[in-house]
Amino acid sequence: MSAPGEIRYIDHPHPVSGVTNAKLGMWCFLASEIMLFGGFFSTYVLLRAGNPAWPTGSHLLNVPLAALNTVILITSSVTMVMAWYSLAIKSLPKFKMYLGLTILLAFAFLVVKGFEYGMKFEHHIYPAKNTFYAIYFTMTGLHGLHVVGGIVANLYYLFPGSKMWETNPEQFTGRIECAGLYWHFVDLVWIFLFPVLYLL
Amino acid sequence: MSHHDHDHHGHHHDLPFWRKYIFSVDHKVIGVQYAVTALLFLFVGFTLMMLIRWQLAFPGQPLPGFLSTLFGDANAPGGIILPEFYNQLGAMHGTIMIFLGVVPLSVGGFGNYVLPLQIGAPDMAFPKLNMLSYWVYFIGGVIMLFSFFVTGGAAQSGWTSYAPLAVIAQQGQTFWLIGMVFLITSSLLGSINFIVTTVQLRADGLSFFRLPFFVWAQFVTSFLLLLAFPPLETAGVLQLMDRLAHTSFFMPSGLVVSGEALAISGGGNPILWQHLFWFLAHPEVYVLILPAMGIVAEVIACNTRKPIYGYKSMIYAVVFLGFMSFIVWAHHMYLVGMSTEMSAFFQVTTMIISIPSIIILTALLLSLWGGAIRFNTPMLFAIAFLPMFGIGGLTGLPLGLAASDIHLHDTYYVIGHFHYVVAPGTIFALFAGIYHWFPKVTGRKMNEILGKVHFFFSFIFMNGVFMPMFFQGLAGVSRRLWDPTQYAHGLSTQPLNVFISFSAWGLALAQIPFILNFFGSIFAGKKVDQNPWEATTLEWSAPTPPPHGNFLTPPVVYRGPYEYSVPGQKKDFWPQAMKETN
Repeated sequence: MSAPGEIRYIDHPHPVSGVTNAKLGMWCFLASEIMLFGGFFSTYVLLRAGNPAWPTGSHLLNVPLAALNTVILITSSVTMVMAWYSLAIKSLPKFKMYLGLTILLAFAFLVVKGFEYGMKFEHHIYPAKNTFYAIYFTMTGLHGLHVVGGIVANLYYLFPGSKMWETNPEQFTGRIECAGLYWHFVDLVWIFLFPVLYLL
Repeated sequence: MSHHDHDHHGHHHDLPFWRKYIFSVDHKVIGVQYAVTALLFLFVGFTLMMLIRWQLAFPGQPLPGFLSTLFGDANAPGGIILPEFYNQLGAMHGTIMIFLGVVPLSVGGFGNYVLPLQIGAPDMAFPKLNMLSYWVYFIGGVIMLFSFFVTGGAAQSGWTSYAPLAVIAQQGQTFWLIGMVFLITSSLLGSINFIVTTVQLRADGLSFFRLPFFVWAQFVTSFLLLLAFPPLETAGVLQLMDRLAHTSFFMPSGLVVSGEALAISGGGNPILWQHLFWFLAHPEVYVLILPAMGIVAEVIACNTRKPIYGYKSMIYAVVFLGFMSFIVWAHHMYLVGMSTEMSAFFQVTTMIISIPSIIILTALLLSLWGGAIRFNTPMLFAIAFLPMFGIGGLTGLPLGLAASDIHLHDTYYVIGHFHYVVAPGTIFALFAGIYHWFPKVTGRKMNEILGKVHFFFSFIFMNGVFMPMFFQGLAGVSRRLWDPTQYAHGLSTQPLNVFISFSAWGLALAQIPFILNFFGSIFAGKKVDQNPWEATTLEWSAPTPPPHGNFLTPPVVYRGPYEYSVPGQKKDFWPQAMKETN
């Protein structure tokens, strides 16, 4: 029995649903994100289906750089899990190392992406050029914004947010798990974007 | 329980004014903020409509009195409303009423205030996120209002913002899109909060089949908001790209505007906007109506003193309705040139979705049978909801059938149809809710005489506004005409326009007793205890007005939500949280 005015299931799972509030909230958020990106992928399909002269991505975009970015992002997903695992084995220093690595890899992804964009801009290729580049820039741009969001959240947990480890380690571990869920989702979107835009 | 949150609750009463009433994290304060803001926006949207009604009743004549100089030469030179200004009024009336008025009132206001109380929770699951969703909504509203003052005025491509018209429109459209992104984000954050709160924070003993129907309605609504709004965000981002980065997502090749070919790449698809838009906007219809049905169920159960008829079938119906609402969207698009197979599919799903609506309506209607009905103001509004929503729903059937839609599409018939659902339907339910829960929020009842005056005049004038629109629509009058008398068939129905306009202004006057009652009752209403209606659901077991944290001890639930007139009980209501007999 809880005290009046206390919100339950912040740091331990609900006995029936099996999750904490934050985790359920994160899953709901990811469901809405799937619908958001689903809208963009549907747009891609419809535009492509309506255009017999749709170009092949690999002829226009830089596949090696994108492949490198894929490796970077998958690696960052691994370090993100390691960050969470470090908390599970009660090691804050290891957590900080792995989360720091995750953030660095995310920055690396953005730098590579920046080079890709820069090369296109040098050739005066902008979203207005045609619908292929329009959907390319819009989808990768929106994905890039999600990467930036992940960096901001992870930086918060690396520095000021990690104080919670002293007061409520369970809740803090839960927060890192949620940050991880989000980060894996961002990774997963890229796993779809890479073949759809660059290879097909 | 975290140290952090404990501190937070412990110190609530010491909070300065601006933390307690302005940037509050208490769901009740946020609910009231939502409700008051939404009521103001309803008033703004209503005012825009009254200007529209002047132009329709007296086309091309100057506005009366001081109004003739109020809007400036850019909008109404000499008091005559220009077509461009008329289009702004129309587009913004729809946008404000739906996204800034009705949804924030029914979900943000009633949902926020009542849902946590009805499930016995101390607050929403994420109080700070809750505060954030209100303020994001507020900013979205400010952006929308601000757009009236930019060059070229507010958005004027209709609330549906169809491409390519909206893409080549003036900059007010950009503000519309940015405002929509804020409103969508707000709904999204709110819906996550509602779902998590309902799943996680129900009181002990409160299983899903003991939830009041209002909670079920809000729960399903939240899923619609969560999953249907993101594709509109997609569409909004794409249209922003079309407008700002000059892409051609919605712009076909070879588009000629005012005799000149546009300098764009082309290759886009204008129908794509309609698909993305209606994928949201049809579930949005149910976002507008489901919370209203929830309110009506609560008010009817309480004021008939008997259980809701078919409580479980209503729940199955509302869940099925939510699911189906995702696969009916293209019935708004029969005339854009879809294949007949597509039309056939959406026609079938549209006919299917009417079944759960009818189940809910029938259950509510049968709930009246044999009841000891108390005809107080909330109950009058709730009873009126039933035939009004019924008319709105039944007149939708000819629109849902592709063949009859050819004649009715984009006429005043459509306007009459969906306004019957939303205006005398949803808004009556919202009034019922205001009169019903006002005592819980303020500790005072609203005045019955003023309430009844408000009800009867609203009821008469509402029908005076919307019933003639069916006849105009059947005569073929198109919905977006600045001056319908330009056409012979518009000329013949022009007397109806005058009648509608006077009804609309009468409807405005009928709201005066409500406004007086609302503000007067806050200070001078009859004081009440915690359960003035002798109702059963949990919010009436909390103190009035509920303190921070809502309940003095965490409630435990022993039975279903509508245990009225149970045989063998001394009293005719048996509260959910009462362990012993009553």
